[in-house]
Amino acid sequence: MRPDPGGAVTTAAPVAEGSLESLERGLDALEAAGPRSRPRWRRVSSAVLPPLVAVGLLLLIWQLLIWAEIKPRYVFPSPGDVWAALVEQWQTGALQRAVWLSVSRGLLGFAASVLIGTPLGLLVARVRPVRTALAPILSGLQSLPSVAWVPAGILWFGLSPGTIYFVVLLGAVPSIANGTISGVDQVPPLYLRVGRVLGARGLRAARHIVMPAALPGYVGGLKQGWAFAWRSLMAAELITQSPRLGTGLGQLLDTGRQLSDVGLVFGMILAILAVGVAIDRLLFSPLERGVLRRRGLLVE
Amino acid sequence: MVEVVQDSPALGIQVREPAASAARVEHLVKRFGSGPVVLDDVSLSVRPGEFVCVIGASGCGKSTLLSLLAGLEQPDAGSVSVAGGRAALMFQEPALLPWLTAGGNVELALRLRGVPRRARRDDARELLRLVRLDGAAGQRPHELSGGMRQRVALARALAQRSSVLLMDEPFASLDAITRDVLHEELMRVWQETGVSIVFVTHNVREAVRLGQRVLLLSSRPGRVIESWDVDIAGTRRIESPSVAAQALEITDRLREEIRRHAA
Repeated sequence: MRPDPGGAVTTAAPVAEGSLESLERGLDALEAAGPRSRPRWRRVSSAVLPPLVAVGLLLLIWQLLIWAEIKPRYVFPSPGDVWAALVEQWQTGALQRAVWLSVSRGLLGFAASVLIGTPLGLLVARVRPVRTALAPILSGLQSLPSVAWVPAGILWFGLSPGTIYFVVLLGAVPSIANGTISGVDQVPPLYLRVGRVLGARGLRAARHIVMPAALPGYVGGLKQGWAFAWRSLMAAELITQSPRLGTGLGQLLDTGRQLSDVGLVFGMILAILAVGVAIDRLLFSPLERGVLRRRGLLVE
Repeated sequence: MVEVVQDSPALGIQVREPAASAARVEHLVKRFGSGPVVLDDVSLSVRPGEFVCVIGASGCGKSTLLSLLAGLEQPDAGSVSVAGGRAALMFQEPALLPWLTAGGNVELALRLRGVPRRARRDDARELLRLVRLDGAAGQRPHELSGGMRQRVALARALAQRSSVLLMDEPFASLDAITRDVLHEELMRVWQETGVSIVFVTHNVREAVRLGQRVLLLSSRPGRVIESWDVDIAGTRRIESPSVAAQALEITDRLREEIRRHAA
């Protein structure tokens, strides 16, 4: 299209065309955020060093308290005692078996919780009557310590893995569902408008706009869901002792109590802590950081 | 005025002749709930390929008018019709979806329009080339500057292949240099595609710089109270004395309208 002879439309002359292009490319080059990346070793060291220093300091304080002899050794073990107990469990293979049993139960229970919690959360977030009915119950369940379900589980399922999974599900499903709900709630209305302008309605809007937009909140919910699953699992294992259940980390911890082996008790506390942190760091944190980084939401 | 007849097969946009209206609203009335009347008996018609700017003070219902044209809101009375059914809409914010790349944002618009998978990538490249961002297809929105994001948003809006493009203060949050460049860019894209544009702004100079016609909307309620044809020959720049002269005339009328609310 060109201006009519009356010249109502005015345009940049063809001569100016090339200069507009170079002007624009210049602006783009000046304004676009360039890649800012620090050397890999510096990123790794700044992520790894501070926690290592903190752990080292805690160990030092612990050892100082031992040297100060504030409590007898059979109640308050030294770092060395705990290490020895862990090594002993490792050598008999009991520690590896307990870690494997607990982690596999935890991940299986978590996976089932995701399969139940995600559709439940979507349903509550999107269907108003369901929301009015269930949202208060879900947030209430999240604040109920799931260990409270252990007695009921034992009455219903006996001393079987069913009891343990029952407790894990009741611990993790509410927090995954709540994470899904808050993820959907926090979708910026502007994205929904964009979806409508582009012609996305109903299921297509859910698939192309709502679900990807809700992903950061959802991943946050998964992370918290894992923490709840792991906690609930340990509570259940600690209370239920039976040959049918095998020996997980919680059962091993209770064995330490029964034997008055305080080194084993502290060792198992540390093992439970370490597994929880490891799964979070290896699985959920990278997932969460990846989602946030792709959207430019991660401050590095 | 210009009767635009343009076939742009590469972009698939066809503006039909004879010049029916690309968009038309008649006796439009809109109020939200029991609040004040936002738009009162607004009628306007946009010719195919025409560039119309709508100006007005705050609360004149400029954005509401665009929402109605885009089908995001329903009128309380009157009618809205857009050639081809749906109009494309650009917001003040680029509103790119942050989980998709620049190319992905354009491809989503194509996908929601039913373009087959194989054609989408090439079409998206073509549209990004039109706004001179073919090199940025793989970049994420947060890696782009404000001006680049708004150009991606323009490419995405053009991907809807609507004959009408609605723009709601699209350059208001950009710096002056970038805005100036995007004015030129938009004129170029408009001429290459032959799309009709309804451009809402509160910047009178911008309206005169871009539009073939400028409409002034009154505030509370919004009515079209005056219309100017912009007759400026030759190359228009935001600094051009001819642009300034006409902007002055329109601004005086706008101020008069605003003073009416002082009482």
